Amino acid sequence: MRLVTALLVGLIFGLGISVSGMANPAKVLNFFDLAGTWDPSLAFVMAGALAVAIPGYRLVLARPAPAFEDRFQLPDTRVIDRRLILGSATFGIGWGIAGFCPGGALPAIGTGDPAVFLFLAALIGGLLGARVLQARAPARKPA
Amino acid sequence: METTFTPWSSLGGGVLIGLAAVLLMALHGRILGATGILGGLLRFDDPVDWRLRAALVVGMAAGPLVYLLATGQMPIIDLPISNLAVAVGGLIVGVGVSYGGGCTSGHGVCGNARFSRRSMVATLCFMATAFATVFLLRHVVGG
Repeated sequence: MRLVTALLVGLIFGLGISVSGMANPAKVLNFFDLAGTWDPSLAFVMAGALAVAIPGYRLVLARPAPAFEDRFQLPDTRVIDRRLILGSATFGIGWGIAGFCPGGALPAIGTGDPAVFLFLAALIGGLLGARVLQARAPARKPA
Repeated sequence: METTFTPWSSLGGGVLIGLAAVLLMALHGRILGATGILGGLLRFDDPVDWRLRAALVVGMAAGPLVYLLATGQMPIIDLPISNLAVAVGGLIVGVGVSYGGGCTSGHGVCGNARFSRRSMVATLCFMATAFATVFLLRHVVGG
């Protein structure tokens, strides 16, 4: 049952990405190209998602626990440190180069487009590379 | 490369993305972040958790196929960039989201929907550098 609901949730997300156009790097990159072929669609995707998720989370998180688990797993870190800022800034650079982000690329697997697999292979390389670096350098104090 | 501005389908796709995020929290008590899901798939110490993430990704990848059944065509993937850019961008995204602790789905949708300050800062950072990167690549370097 848990796996079936997870599959369906994934499907809704994947369908959302497909319908929104966010699996398409050309469209994503055009959102960032204010001075050129600007396409504001991505802002509408974010607006639609937040319009549902803000009230939806408020309702759900007011409950004592999720349906299939004992508790909600929410991030407990609150610090805004160099790691968060530089990491996110780095992500934006890569996003601006490739036009894919992880959430757009995972559903895009279903299209079978070779570029998606190239992106995901590089993405996994980056994730594992960062994991190795992080294991070597013990967590420093927040900036 | 021009893309068509699609306010309604992007808004609708966004609503589905938001719905998926709310359902995952309501049922499984988790943040719907592509970085976290993928990162967890690259660990093998918790088989129950691994299967849940795998089910999510399989569902996501089925999104374009359901889209194909419904509309008669796959979601468009146009690449206005080279394969090298896809690979380099993917690697940078992987490192960035590891350190930043999330991407467009985890921080941009889920984190912002629960008004996490970390996620708001992360979103501002990756949006800013994505705008700057596309501007540089298209209008300074390639202009």
